[in-house]
Amino acid sequence: MTRAKRLALSIGVIVLLAVASTFIGAAQMDLSDPRGMMVLTVSRIPRTLAALLTGAALAVAGVVMQQIVRNRFVEPGTAGTAESAALGLLVITLVMPTAPIWAKMVAASVAALAGTWVFVHMIRRLPPREVLLVPLAGIVLSGVIGAAVTWIGWQADMMQYIATWLMSGEFSGVISGRYELLWIAAIAAAIAFFAADRFAILGLGPEAATALGLSPRAVMRLGLTVVAVVTAMVVVSVGMIPFVGLVVPNIAARVVGDNLRRSLPLVAMGGAGLVLACDIIGRLVIAPYEIPAGTILGVVGALVFLWLLWKPARPARRKTLPEQVDV
Amino acid sequence: MIRVADVNHQIDGNPILTNVSCDIPQGEVTALIGPNGAGKSTLLKLMGRIEPLQTGHVAINDLDVGTTPSGQLALEMAYLGQNLSVASRLRVRELIGFGRWPHCKGHPGPVDHAAVHDALVMFDLVPFADRFLDELSGGQAQRAHLAMTFAQTTPWMLLDEPLNNLDMAHSRALMKRLSDLRDAGRSVVIVLHDLNHAAAWADHLIAMKNGRIAASGTAEEVLTPQTLAALYETDVQVLRYAGRPLVLHHI
Repeated sequence: MTRAKRLALSIGVIVLLAVASTFIGAAQMDLSDPRGMMVLTVSRIPRTLAALLTGAALAVAGVVMQQIVRNRFVEPGTAGTAESAALGLLVITLVMPTAPIWAKMVAASVAALAGTWVFVHMIRRLPPREVLLVPLAGIVLSGVIGAAVTWIGWQADMMQYIATWLMSGEFSGVISGRYELLWIAAIAAAIAFFAADRFAILGLGPEAATALGLSPRAVMRLGLTVVAVVTAMVVVSVGMIPFVGLVVPNIAARVVGDNLRRSLPLVAMGGAGLVLACDIIGRLVIAPYEIPAGTILGVVGALVFLWLLWKPARPARRKTLPEQVDV
Repeated sequence: MIRVADVNHQIDGNPILTNVSCDIPQGEVTALIGPNGAGKSTLLKLMGRIEPLQTGHVAINDLDVGTTPSGQLALEMAYLGQNLSVASRLRVRELIGFGRWPHCKGHPGPVDHAAVHDALVMFDLVPFADRFLDELSGGQAQRAHLAMTFAQTTPWMLLDEPLNNLDMAHSRALMKRLSDLRDAGRSVVIVLHDLNHAAAWADHLIAMKNGRIAASGTAEEVLTPQTLAALYETDVQVLRYAGRPLVLHHI
């Protein structure tokens, strides 16, 4: 399939999903009725946009993270980023209960950045032969931070909040006025488009990047910021959604490779389409009730990921852990 | 000229380079030789600002390597390291294209496309241009990296053991190309393990041992049985062939 055809097909699928999404839901929608119009503009369209933005931004954050740590098996959801964002949110909610939304947003982003930074430093100390130790270390770190979050949540009687941030992202609560932070995630992801070559060059390793006149640390910091901001905005607005950042970049890499300039549009559209499709499925299977999109993705994503592991791209997966960049 | 002055370097408290000073002449092929662990690669990395200098100075064409912006240095010198395991799934053409990054910053023009094409032709990579790197053999991938370094078209090239993975024909072809570049006025610094490639193609040799410069000069001056025996701590015979030293290190 040529590049143009692939793009046209992806856009077509997303438009179809988006149109379907505006007509599927518990409430009847009669557009001749003002209340029907309200369902469309206040609920369905924002919900559709929220799913698209979340999916696109998380997939882009996943590919950026995989480039900067040079490992295909990591994503913000398994590197401590999401749990750190939740920790930041929890702390600011406890310390300043009346904090405005922008302050919560900043707290979540800063905490996410700090947590991801810890992850990046931790994996530099791993033995260089075990590729799969990197995601394992990330899962352990996520677990430790998540445990701290849960403990504080119990003590402060805030478990309900934590469930909405971390357990399973879902879009049923999205109405106009309550998803707009996701545009910030989209802007952060858009920055990755402008720095696509830099991330791809960093993927060649710190030595090669330096030789080409880039500062590996600066590119790394930019990448960490993109990942942290995207994750924090998603955690704050709809809750973390698993696997998008993992499976979509891996599939895109198989199809078009890791030249980010070429793969990022496909990654963003793939993420957007996948999350929206899962949200639609969640609205349909036990209608008029709903299953969270994050739960559907947990199942779908796990299956796809297993398939990716079982069926490696033509050559053997790389055997050694590449050298890491200082931050 | 690359001027290295009073460079000392330690890694975790172990001295890697001790009081290294040398001038590497412009317009020549200079080979760094010496036993394993002599500090050749470290010296090359310091020249190429791949590792930051701890003490001392390195200047390339009068640009101080420690203070000149990295992007400007990338127009003066290209560096190819030994660790070429690339996790990325890139096409050969895309990899070579990154060699043009210092010139075009991601907006390639006709000059950049021409440079990529020349590099593809030069390293016999045209049939593989649209293949992914992870689908190539070790030698083909090595050539793709070399092509990227060539596409950077800098006055200086720093190459760390570029003959790794290359077969006889491609090794010889690479050395021939480097000497052609030298004839066109460019300069090459190359870490070599095969002394006979150094003997045949290098204008200037720097022999290193235990983090110090043990000898330097022309092939005639450095590749003597006495110098080599001291350098590698093993007896070596040196014959002459076609007016150049021929080192019998393998028998």
